[in-house]
Amino acid sequence: MSDLTRLTVAEARDALRKGETTSVELTEACLAAIEAAGGLGAVVHKTPEIALDRARAADTRLAAGEAPSMCGIPVGIKDLFCTEGVASQAGSKILEGFLPPYESTVSGQLKDAGAVMLGKLNMDEFAMGSSNETSVYGNAVNPWRAGNSEAALTPGGSSGGSAAAVAADLCLAATGTDTGGSIRQPAALTGIVGLKPTYGRCSRWGIIAFASSLDQAGPMTKTVRDAAIMGAAMMGHDPKDSTSADLPVPDFEAMLTGDIRGKVIGIPKEYRMDGMPQEIETLWSEGAEMLKDAGAELRDISLPHTRYALPAYYVIAPAEASSNLARYDGVRYGYRAPLSRGDGVTEMYEKTRAEGFGPEVRRRVMVGTYVLSAGFYDAYYNRARKVRALIKRDFEQVFDAGIDAILTPATPSAAFELGREISDPVEMYLNDVFTVTVNLAGLPGIAVPTGLDRQGLPLGLQLIGRPWEEGDLLNTAYALEQAAGFVAKPPKWW
Amino acid sequence: MSIDKDTAAKVAKLARIKVEDSELDALAGEFNAILGFIEQLNELDVDDVEPMTSVTPMRLKRREDVVTDGNQQDKVLANAPDAREGFFAVPKVVE
Repeated sequence: MSDLTRLTVAEARDALRKGETTSVELTEACLAAIEAAGGLGAVVHKTPEIALDRARAADTRLAAGEAPSMCGIPVGIKDLFCTEGVASQAGSKILEGFLPPYESTVSGQLKDAGAVMLGKLNMDEFAMGSSNETSVYGNAVNPWRAGNSEAALTPGGSSGGSAAAVAADLCLAATGTDTGGSIRQPAALTGIVGLKPTYGRCSRWGIIAFASSLDQAGPMTKTVRDAAIMGAAMMGHDPKDSTSADLPVPDFEAMLTGDIRGKVIGIPKEYRMDGMPQEIETLWSEGAEMLKDAGAELRDISLPHTRYALPAYYVIAPAEASSNLARYDGVRYGYRAPLSRGDGVTEMYEKTRAEGFGPEVRRRVMVGTYVLSAGFYDAYYNRARKVRALIKRDFEQVFDAGIDAILTPATPSAAFELGREISDPVEMYLNDVFTVTVNLAGLPGIAVPTGLDRQGLPLGLQLIGRPWEEGDLLNTAYALEQAAGFVAKPPKWW
Repeated sequence: MSIDKDTAAKVAKLARIKVEDSELDALAGEFNAILGFIEQLNELDVDDVEPMTSVTPMRLKRREDVVTDGNQQDKVLANAPDAREGFFAVPKVVE
């Protein structure tokens, strides 16, 4: 078979089961693609030996005829997931040299299902960023370019390496994590599908923590069907994560009928932002028309607290990060700064954390420390948690009124150039304006590529679903994907 | 509310992150930009709102209060920047 790396997960699974290819062949094709794609900066720790071992084991299992869907499928794993004996640094210098003695639940479930890990993927440091520019490994680069320009564009972030790797066919699919949009925003900027499940669907055990009440893992794939297949393999109850939901995971793929007749799709007026590019506006209304043509009913809705989502997020996420990142002290794992004569334990902490964390992580840890400090806890942190309840209530009210899913843009713009000077940190935060509400409310959300802008860059729409109803959400996304017929691929320059 | 240089220094100290004196003014400026953005939350009346605790009501699971793990000193120490004689080693804490 030619172009093995371009296969979707579903196509590869079917070909493997029919004996038209082997996992070793697929894996070798992906490893070769990775070797040739250094310019994308997507894969930061390559694991070819592990990959080929697992591929051979998968082929044995496939030959025995009882292999699950992910068996033999080559995937990339975001650097945020702890993988046993393989570097897991969260894109940070402070975890330099750390080799986890254990495997995260999600990557372990994929491994048990027979998926083949090709390597670890680039990301913003501790998942804090929207452009993959805060990574200690350097930038991941979007395989897409604007028109005839050779300027390097961001693949988005924080799961920028995952997005670039899937879009460039270096792996068939990848894991991502999403705290404020880190699966959906990079998926949209690279023309792939990204699913953030309901909070609690995927175990957080073994995933390096950023903001524990918001973090959620999910699949980044070439198609909605693949997101259904890989998503189901990643989800499920885990006694090691007390916030993991003890609910059965349905067969999402079997729910992809494409039939959305009678479904009610909400169009929230608050997502029509001032200064939103006309192209995004057009994409959004075209997407709505597609769902309507497929038999859904469109309804204008209001989510009045939307504009408070980003400010609430920038209290809650840094606060939780400052607690979670307190563990990086130069004692138990990772980096310890060189010390001067006479330095005590406090100097060790302060120097280690100053040198080990990059500027954005330092800034957020300190903002979090401030909003949690004595005298400000109620004014900032508790207020933000209450605003979060209001944002969640907005969604509950529209779902109670009969809305099945909500359609919004995924990002306020197409991929932008790497290396832009940004003097105000708040400006970068605006990238998450359409996605962050979903994390605060704990809902499932999915980004689906639906068009190209006038420079030929991919644009995506977001669908937001009811809690725990990823199956229904995926089916609506499937209908949108079928109608949009997005098949464009970036021309290979790397 | 505006954060001055002294407050920035205090926050850095609390966070155990060394910040050079020359960088404190810029840091205070960044804090002020972010906190200015957060100020919008004060527009809302949240007096009667309960803070959100979970997506859907969920009972926190309980487990038996028993030892399930242990006896792996080597693994625990394997990633330490400085481990000696079965301990994590740090600079002198007590004079």
